[in-house]
Amino acid sequence: MLRFIARRLLETIPVLFIILTATFFMIRFVPGGPFTAEKAVTPEVMRNLERAYDLDKPLWQQYTRYLRNVVLHGDLGPSFKYPNRTVNEIIADKLPVSLELGAEALLIALVAGLTLGVLAAVKSNTWIDYICSSTAMIGICLPTFVLGPLLVLLFAIRLGWANASGWYGPVDRVLPCLTLGCVYAAYIARLTRGGMLEVLHQDYIRTARAKGAGQLRVIFKHALRGGLLPVVSFLGPAIAGILTGSFVIETIFQIPGLGREFVNSAFNRDYTLVLGTVILYAALIIALNLVVDVVQVWLNPKLKFE
Amino acid sequence: MVSLSPQNLPSADLTTDQLERGTSLWRDAWHRLRRNRLAVFGGTVVIVFSLTCVLAPWIFHLSYQDQNLDLGAVAPNAQHWLGTDTLGRDLLARILYGGRISLMVGLVASLVALVIGVSYGAIAGYVGGTLDSVMMRIVDIMYALPFTIFVILLMVFLKDPMQAVDAWLGRFSIFGFHAFEGMQGVGKILLLFAAIGAVEWLTMARIVRGQILSIKKMEYIEAARSMGLGTPRIIFRHMVPNVLGPVIVYTSLTIPAVMLLESFLSFLGLGVDAPMSSLGTLIKDGSEKMEEFWWLLVFPGGAFSLTLFSLNFLGDGLRDALDVRASKD
Amino acid sequence: MITRTTALLLAAMLAIAPVTMAAEANKPAPPQIWRVGNGAEPQDLDPQAIQGVTEDNVVMALFEGLASEDPHDLHPVPGVATSWDISPDGLVYTFHLRANAHWSNGDPLTADDFLQSYRRILSPTFASEYAYLVYDYVAGAREYYDGKLKDFAQVGFKAPDPLTLQVTLKNPTPYLLNIIASHCAWNPLPVRVIARFGAVDQRRTPWTRAGNLVGNGPFLLKEWRPNQKITVVRNPQYWDAATVKLDAIEFYPTDDISNEERMFRTGQLDMTYELPIAKIDAYRKDHPDTLRIEPWLGLYYYDCNVQRPPLNDKRVRKALALAIDRESLVKNVTRGGERPAYAVSYPGTAGYTPRARLEGGLDEARRLLAEAGFPGGKGCPTIELLYNSSETHRAIAEVVQAMWRKNLGVDVRLVNQEWKVYLDMRHTTNFTLARAGWIADYVDPNVFLEIFVTGNGNNDTNWSNPEYDRLFAAALSAHSNAERYEIYQKMDAILVDEVPVIPVYDYTRVHAVSPRIKGYYPTLLDHHPYKYIWLED
Repeated sequence: MLRFIARRLLETIPVLFIILTATFFMIRFVPGGPFTAEKAVTPEVMRNLERAYDLDKPLWQQYTRYLRNVVLHGDLGPSFKYPNRTVNEIIADKLPVSLELGAEALLIALVAGLTLGVLAAVKSNTWIDYICSSTAMIGICLPTFVLGPLLVLLFAIRLGWANASGWYGPVDRVLPCLTLGCVYAAYIARLTRGGMLEVLHQDYIRTARAKGAGQLRVIFKHALRGGLLPVVSFLGPAIAGILTGSFVIETIFQIPGLGREFVNSAFNRDYTLVLGTVILYAALIIALNLVVDVVQVWLNPKLKFE
Repeated sequence: MVSLSPQNLPSADLTTDQLERGTSLWRDAWHRLRRNRLAVFGGTVVIVFSLTCVLAPWIFHLSYQDQNLDLGAVAPNAQHWLGTDTLGRDLLARILYGGRISLMVGLVASLVALVIGVSYGAIAGYVGGTLDSVMMRIVDIMYALPFTIFVILLMVFLKDPMQAVDAWLGRFSIFGFHAFEGMQGVGKILLLFAAIGAVEWLTMARIVRGQILSIKKMEYIEAARSMGLGTPRIIFRHMVPNVLGPVIVYTSLTIPAVMLLESFLSFLGLGVDAPMSSLGTLIKDGSEKMEEFWWLLVFPGGAFSLTLFSLNFLGDGLRDALDVRASKD
Repeated sequence: MITRTTALLLAAMLAIAPVTMAAEANKPAPPQIWRVGNGAEPQDLDPQAIQGVTEDNVVMALFEGLASEDPHDLHPVPGVATSWDISPDGLVYTFHLRANAHWSNGDPLTADDFLQSYRRILSPTFASEYAYLVYDYVAGAREYYDGKLKDFAQVGFKAPDPLTLQVTLKNPTPYLLNIIASHCAWNPLPVRVIARFGAVDQRRTPWTRAGNLVGNGPFLLKEWRPNQKITVVRNPQYWDAATVKLDAIEFYPTDDISNEERMFRTGQLDMTYELPIAKIDAYRKDHPDTLRIEPWLGLYYYDCNVQRPPLNDKRVRKALALAIDRESLVKNVTRGGERPAYAVSYPGTAGYTPRARLEGGLDEARRLLAEAGFPGGKGCPTIELLYNSSETHRAIAEVVQAMWRKNLGVDVRLVNQEWKVYLDMRHTTNFTLARAGWIADYVDPNVFLEIFVTGNGNNDTNWSNPEYDRLFAAALSAHSNAERYEIYQKMDAILVDEVPVIPVYDYTRVHAVSPRIKGYYPTLLDHHPYKYIWLED
């Protein structure tokens, strides 16, 4: 297994390199630049601005220079949009917020999603299943930009239990985490139900049952292992997404997280910030997909590390 | 002839009756599906709603774009069954026309994602080794590339081909009948499919690969291999049908995601041009006015939910129907 | 990270504690903290590097220029300068600085600070977007900016003594004081402090962070939590600190206007930046005391690409301009009391109201279109209307599209683009018809008219008119406002005749303001000098 992980980590280097390079050049071909503004900047000023930010140099020179700074110094450069902050600072500042929001939402999603999914699968095609599945479907049908404001209207404005938005006290965590958690809970519930049903009828489960194993033991010891495969595959990229923040939730609730930077940096053509967030996200995706592959082997003893 | 479907291979308990009737996986499934009342209900709703949307111009007299500014937004009444929006346009008409777009985008883009994701994941999982590594690292790369920028680039570089498609459709005629006249923006819709398909297949591929790995070592696959069947045949005939359960479940989750993604893409300028709308954009607009004009959120949201519920019932039914083992319990 | 947050909270509580205790001891009234919705996260707070309204709103609390604004009508009143003299030919301004003007770190504010600041904004390496507000007017400044003049002493700024600043202009510019009072490009900067954080003429130095920033305005920067809030507190070093009533202002970046309105309702904000259109009627009915609708010196219009058919024919442009029912549009769509615009200039700008007006009804519009060769819209190619993705712009475009189809038989296709793509297309005139808006930087009719001069970077229409350019140049050297305004009348008449742009409506500012806010008056620039504002309980 260690060899497997070591090989995968080695593979990460070219993957990150390709992502970085592709993103660097992609964003330069997008119309509009960091200094495109409603009040047009005069050509002289634009020339001076580009010189000040080294944008007047040939693209490959900018690229090699950027690469050198990232690889040798871990320096992601200054932000174009926020000139008094560096990309490293912005990420260091905002990632913890998104991590916290994501971790709490993930907890809600896992607990609620797995419970609903397992219940629905075990009692498949009974009323319990219908209730659980429908609850999950509501989570899917209610987009976050609807659920968030609804929760605010109810709990903040009608009942006065929470603030409409902000990220100050513990109370401020509840509504955004709930909103974000609900969507993922719904996905997890659906995938768990599907995965469990696949497994519950497999021969080895029957064998276990025939051997007289109790229902709970069958579910948790045997069925859940195989049944979680699709959920685990889904969770790799999903966790990367959830931990790096959600644009919609962070905007609706005014949360100073990284999710807004992901989307806004592209809109602002903040070249360095785009690259910084992409590198971070890529690293997370790669790491989590590696974890998923390891977990999959662990869940399925028939597999071996190749 | 008995089709060599994976279920038949290992099962000694197949009745001769079934063998004689030449039951195939699909026919079996169809039988079981028809017995599942929820699935039948779901399927009926989907078909009825789709037909209503497609036939809207012929069966519904109000237009999605005729404004009545002095009327403004009014609650449901005898004339406008679902009320009107702030520009006085009939909401039912807008939902029906929006439903056309959303259903088309949801179904076609999900299908694109499904086909790419399943083939890709199955091949990577079955072949394994270096090919698997390379293919899955490509998936990692695709995950990480910034989607917003990708979409903007797609629009910039494919703007001319898009317009060429539109122009060609505008000129296209059969026996002097201009079938696609006035269908501006078809090129944009095609591009929309490409953009969505390009991202949505990734998770599908990973799920399928995981499933394929888990059944790769099972007896019937070994048996098929020992019989000297070709790799493509093994993958698509024997392995893919066995991982259809999670695939169907995930597809039924992709459809709503795609429909909502469409409203984000229309913000980027990709999608249908105003005044045409989609369910996603109607819901988005409605969510900002929910306190004043509840019907602008409730009805588009209702249509969206009804479609998704139905699709999921149908999906669950399909999953159950394709799960041969379940039927034996 | 949880521990870090807790620590921060604890620190914040400790920081607040002494203040509240002191307040309880001295006066029973709670501290005057004004919480304002401020639209978006400010990019920076360097007065010479910012362009947006959100940045300006904070900078106005932190810096003060030679002159500042009257809270009622924004006319220039003494700021850092107690008084000023203008030479008879209108070319030399002599500012007498007050002796008690200080930086927030206690350093005295002198004429040399102004020289250093202007040198910085004119430095090409700094590349200030608003440098033109200095180099368009001051003698020698343009040459210095272009590098033709090496010696800054040759530029028209002189400091004969520490409390006197002399500015020599290229042309008599009667509105110069309005610019100085209203625009941050002319503010003094603490150049010696800036130098401590890096090269003075470079951006990207951390001098504008809380703790580093030194200003001379009524407030000073206490805390800047990106994407959360900016807190400014009263500046004891400010020369007029006695007038300042608020203890602190908190600026909240509110990207989501629906959420901003909800924050106002739960009492997290005392004032919103905007108000969703759907909410305006509800507020009008239920909370008329909080709904504020104020005129705003800005124009919403459509740019015509005058080189692309069919808009290369001015009769088509005029037909389109005449066929918009603006009254219905502002009443039913924008709903915020906007004023239908029938000319480019804003009626009542510093005493100027354009006489020219788009005139003639639908019949005239149809006649012009027929004359251009498209009777009843027949044969007229489909016109693409470009707008940036936003619900309001889309609704307006949908309504205008329907009006043109109904009134003229002209087909319009709506194309929306993401903000920067849209800007790029507009600035490169890669469109047929494009939505645009212009908000004035200072109060003078010049602000709208200068856009359409040949070569102006914001003239996105390809339209160029030698007579118009000649008039503009003549206005620059006019000696009285009356003379200048007569020239402007002719320029407005040309714009109405040629229709390079289709004016739609004059902006208003619509927001919810708590009735507790006093000393807050409607002004054309939406500027509200903070030192006069207080909260009443």
